[in-house]
Amino acid sequence: MIENSLDACEAQKVPPNIYLRLSEVEPSEEGSSIYAMRVEDNGTGLPSEHIPPSFGQVFYGSKYTLKQARGTFGLGGTITILYGQITTHQPVRIASSTGGDIHEYEMMIDIANNRPLILKHTVLKNDKSWRGTAVELQLEGDYSRIKRRLLDYLKQTAMVNPYADITFVDPSGRLYRYERGTEKMPPLPQAVKPHPHGIDVENFRRLVAVTKSRNMKEFMIEHFQGIGQKTAQRFLKAAEMNSKVKPKTLMPQDIVKLVRTAKDYTDFKRPDPSCLSPIGEDLLETGIRKELGLTKDDFLKVVTRKPSTYLGYPFIVEVAVATGKSISKQFKGGITIIRFANRIPLLFDESSGVIWKVINRAINWTTYKVFSDTPVVVAVHVCSTKIPYKTVGKEYMADQPEVEREIANAIRSAARSLRVYISRNIRVAREKRRLDIFEKFLPKIAEFSTKLSEQEITPDITPLLKVVSASMPEVEKKIKEVPQIAENDA
Amino acid sequence: MQKTTRREAEKKREDTETSLKQLGNLIYEQIQNHEFPWVMMQSRSTDNIIYDPELGQYILGSRTIRRHSRNIRHIRPFTQLIWTAWFAKELVNMRKTSTLREVYYSARGQRDIEFTGQQESDNIITDLEVALNKPRENFGIFPEERSAIFGDLTIEYTVPGYEGRRMNLTDHPDGVMIGPALTSSEFVETSADKVIVIEKGAMFTRLVEEKAHEKFNSILVHTAGQSPRSTRSIIRRLNQDHGLPVYIFTDGDPWGIHIAMVIISGSANAAHLRGLATPEAKWIGVWGTDILDYKLPTENLTEKDLKRLNELKTDPRYKGEIWQREIDVFLKIERKAELEAFSRYGLTYIVDEYLPAKLEAL
Repeated sequence: MIENSLDACEAQKVPPNIYLRLSEVEPSEEGSSIYAMRVEDNGTGLPSEHIPPSFGQVFYGSKYTLKQARGTFGLGGTITILYGQITTHQPVRIASSTGGDIHEYEMMIDIANNRPLILKHTVLKNDKSWRGTAVELQLEGDYSRIKRRLLDYLKQTAMVNPYADITFVDPSGRLYRYERGTEKMPPLPQAVKPHPHGIDVENFRRLVAVTKSRNMKEFMIEHFQGIGQKTAQRFLKAAEMNSKVKPKTLMPQDIVKLVRTAKDYTDFKRPDPSCLSPIGEDLLETGIRKELGLTKDDFLKVVTRKPSTYLGYPFIVEVAVATGKSISKQFKGGITIIRFANRIPLLFDESSGVIWKVINRAINWTTYKVFSDTPVVVAVHVCSTKIPYKTVGKEYMADQPEVEREIANAIRSAARSLRVYISRNIRVAREKRRLDIFEKFLPKIAEFSTKLSEQEITPDITPLLKVVSASMPEVEKKIKEVPQIAENDA
Repeated sequence: MQKTTRREAEKKREDTETSLKQLGNLIYEQIQNHEFPWVMMQSRSTDNIIYDPELGQYILGSRTIRRHSRNIRHIRPFTQLIWTAWFAKELVNMRKTSTLREVYYSARGQRDIEFTGQQESDNIITDLEVALNKPRENFGIFPEERSAIFGDLTIEYTVPGYEGRRMNLTDHPDGVMIGPALTSSEFVETSADKVIVIEKGAMFTRLVEEKAHEKFNSILVHTAGQSPRSTRSIIRRLNQDHGLPVYIFTDGDPWGIHIAMVIISGSANAAHLRGLATPEAKWIGVWGTDILDYKLPTENLTEKDLKRLNELKTDPRYKGEIWQREIDVFLKIERKAELEAFSRYGLTYIVDEYLPAKLEAL
């Protein structure tokens, strides 16, 4: 739901303000309780007639063009409402305004028929010209159990949406704020037609159902990207399909054959990446810096790769690598992985996913002077019109070779800067240790040689220490800012 | 007998104090001149330890090293060296003595100077010996005492509270422990005409009981295994300063042989020191040939014993004919015998038969 809100705000190019509140309705001593959840945004808002189906119907909203979005089918919001309804049997209340009157619905979902069941519709005057959507529902859960993950989710969401302002009030009334670090928002993704490599039978069928094209050649040119007269002609020939055939007359087996042929056909143009919306190096840096509380002494390198494709889907990999004192304060030694797909944090099954595999198997970290106790955070964002999820739960990404390679390249390129940083710190730490040794022993030598020679005054060793530090100019500057990480080096 | 005067002992003490102070001055001035302090000393690495056939002992070669405080690896031992020098000077000043173990513990609590183990502190003390060319006994630092001496020798103490006091070394039937006080004492007079050195306490006690000191007109010295330096220096004094021949009597195995050799030629560890070896001392048994001649009860040589024997065979100190001959006998019969083996023929056999025969033969 928070993701829907973010989408709604971005569509309107308004820096999102998101408010989330959980409060206990029926307190219980242990285990699950009933909670009231309120999510509020300042997004586009929904026209009155779209409100019930948007929240009360699974798969509402059919998209015939492609662009990167957080949700794909408009499933997430409805599922949440459904879950609330199943566990508490309470209606959901939705208020929304696109700038005019505020429409408030109280409704439930007719599960059997997949349609909304409106209990109450009120129209309110919008004196303060509020725009956005607010949803309130009840659900059963155990906050204490999910607290950690929910906070992780919010923090990570804030990392990849640095222009969003997120407020969360937890059941105990505690306020969590994730303030925006910038007003700048990334450019909106362009809607593009699907690439023929990436079409599946179901989507093809849906295109056939709505098309106005009279024949297959027109159909191919009209509904797919990068296809002109010639390509359409050649492709249909390869699929043994007469270009004059009316799309509406296609049999299911024809569709299957077209889709299969398209998959293997090599003469299409590369997929158009303008439908993608990477976070961008500047924004990702801002987000990670603020959420990890990095200082100027910490290391952060962000890399946004050029677009690439797998199976006809364009994708972009972005990587951020961070280390330094602030990291070692928050995380244990070793590599902490933070994963995002289309700006959604992935919280589950880390070790099954492709990102874990690349970080733990493909990359030789010692090359970059990262050892088992070096605290490093690696954040990976993959954006695509179709994320290669391995499961319907969208918990982790499968290992597509192209995606895997891009992730590895992105991490390697960031890690090269990391090596420079760590090497420098190791050097500074080593030189500081050298100076420490002289500072420790020279006074003792002075003290005991004075006693031994029966002198009165201890000789001044500062000229000697000056000689030592003069031979370590870097130390002079760095002496106070040696990051923790280098101290592990022995 | 030539008497060492008390003034001489006092002079030695002042000498030591002066060299320690000079070391302090050197370093003090180096710091004042904005120079990283350093000291020059002979290298003690194995390739600089050379056998000198003329002296009959190991000596340090000509290679010197600079222990330099500018060197990151040297500065800690350098600091420890200065601290140890200061500690030694305190001992000398206060006319006190200490043990190697005590030095190690005295450094505990000295932040940053602390030794990681006694090995390290012993090493630094040896460095100080090399740097000042003086044995640690001069600094009042002694090893744990375990060896003893018995016989008609009158000594005069020089240690505080006992100055001028005399004692005859037959006064105590268990023998007198060779400690700092005895080491620093002056030898006044003796009627003995030889020194018999014994490796083991049991045999020493036997010889005292059997009045071997009277029978052979000798001073008896018990080394308790490998002889401490102070014991070696006393043996040498009796030999060189007082003209008494020295006879060494050890177990008949490679370890016993080497106890005798260290008394005669010194050890590689003490290559920087003079005045410890007694080149004229003689090893009189137990020889390999004695095992055969006296049909002594024996044990088999172990793997380790054989290895050690072969090492000794190539050691430059063992060039002499008798050494090579006896090592070969041991290697041939692959047997060894302890001093106590003579008990087979009765407790007094060794004093009544064996020793007289051996001394006669020389």
